Amino acid sequence: MPSVEPTRKPAPPPAAPPVPAVAVRQVAVTLDRVTFERGGKRLLDDLTLSLTRGGITALMGPNGAGKSLTLRLLAGLITPTQGRIVWDGDSPIPARDVALVFQKPVLFRRTVRANLDHALSIYGVPRRLRSARVDELLEIGQLRGLADRPARVLSGGEQQRVAMVRALAARPRILLLDEPSASLDPPATAAIEGLVRGAAADGVKVVLVTHESGQARRLADDVVFLHRGRVVECGPSPAFFDRPQSAEARAYLAGLLLV
Amino acid sequence: MQDFGAAFGSAFTLIATADSELMEIIALSLRVTLFAVLVACLIGFPLGATLAIARFPGRGVLVVLTSALMGLPPVVVGLAVYLLLSNAGPLGVLRLLYSPTAMIIAQTVLVTPIVAALTRQFIEDLYGEYRELLESMGAGRGATIATLLWDARYSLVTAALAGVGRALAEVGAVMIVGGNINHVTRVMTTSIALETSRGELALALGLGIILVLMSILVNAGLIGLKASAERRAYA
Ligand SMILES: Nc1ncnc2c1ncn2[C@@H]1O[C@H](COP(=O)(O)OP(=O)(O)O)[C@@H](O)[C@H]1O
Ligand SMILES: [Mg+2]
Repeated sequence: MPSVEPTRKPAPPPAAPPVPAVAVRQVAVTLDRVTFERGGKRLLDDLTLSLTRGGITALMGPNGAGKSLTLRLLAGLITPTQGRIVWDGDSPIPARDVALVFQKPVLFRRTVRANLDHALSIYGVPRRLRSARVDELLEIGQLRGLADRPARVLSGGEQQRVAMVRALAARPRILLLDEPSASLDPPATAAIEGLVRGAAADGVKVVLVTHESGQARRLADDVVFLHRGRVVECGPSPAFFDRPQSAEARAYLAGLLLV
Repeated sequence: MQDFGAAFGSAFTLIATADSELMEIIALSLRVTLFAVLVACLIGFPLGATLAIARFPGRGVLVVLTSALMGLPPVVVGLAVYLLLSNAGPLGVLRLLYSPTAMIIAQTVLVTPIVAALTRQFIEDLYGEYRELLESMGAGRGATIATLLWDARYSLVTAALAGVGRALAEVGAVMIVGGNINHVTRVMTTSIALETSRGELALALGLGIILVLMSILVNAGLIGLKASAERRAYA
């Protein structure tokens, strides 16, 4: 190829293209030597981490390791004390490109349908385009039968599904999930995992915090292991589980097996 | 005792026959109260919501102030509005004293702090729950306030009904600025005071019974609202 530097487009493409299976993955976001301190405590310590575009990354580690803080940094809810977050090489991307689903879903005091519609309105989608998208999202979340129920009376699994499809409403480039199936039964967990796979298949980058190594094995392409605010180990999924390199990851995985 | 019995009898007759004077007084009471509460909500909802989510110097003082103003003595409010509207006062040229408008102004002053303070409390609690979600969605100030106001709608109706209760039962302020003029500014509370002092117990009792019924209705509404909100997990 003679011309390595084609003319750069001024604006990024509207949606991340689906990543071909064998392509070299581009970096979607990098945490560059990020430190986060609160109350004199260093909660994230010199964290460097690159997330590739597309695919599913599992974020694992013991309680208090800094997994939720990492997601909140990525979602722009907190800013690093030191270090930088670099998105695709350009300036911070719009909020609607990064969607965060909290461990305990926060749902509006409205029906399921109104939750989705209102999210679209916050994301700036014009009213006339919303109802078709809402129907699409209800379909994706298998929520059609629950569309007119108040969202907060649904079961835990149903609420988590509403939160997930609501996060997908604006077609984000990155979906951040904080223990989405903690305290859910196996069928509800399977439904959530289906949604995660579907999102990833559509080209959405998924970052999934989970304590279930089974879930990480089933879903993740690669694993990032955090311990005390540091990245201790990261690598492709099967290798991480079969041959963890660090003592911390080995101890953690052994502990999980015992539970 | 016989007088009392007769008075009760006439009171019920007045109510049962929808006596025109009784009806006129009730209608004015409702008009003044509902209008005052409407204006108080138009001011109190956005004000309370802003106090709940905005951070600016002097916010703490304002929060304390709205709470303190909830307990304003009605006669003092009446006096202040009187001074404002009297011929010598800054708004004297409007010639509003002793008119229903003057009563609406006085009651608005009384009710707005109640609505604003309750709104601030409700919205602040809800904001604690929604804050990170709305931030992560990139919601601006306007969208945030709109979301919070709508999702707190049951609580806000509660705040408005609390205002209705306060305004309906209030006598001091409307007496001072309204003057209790027959067919012009006589509302239920001022009529009860006047008729009682004149010994005309029938009308006073009739109005009293209606007032109590209205208060029961407002409270039943509050209870029904709470139950309905809880059933939908919207509380
Ligand atoms: N706002 C905060 N202020 C002080 N400490 C915090 C704050 N948020 C989180 N922490 C602490 O930071 C550490 C990492 O938290 P978190 O990211 O939630 O852990 P986890 O990996 O379990 O999700 C914990 O020790 C937690 O107590
Ligand atoms: Mg966590």
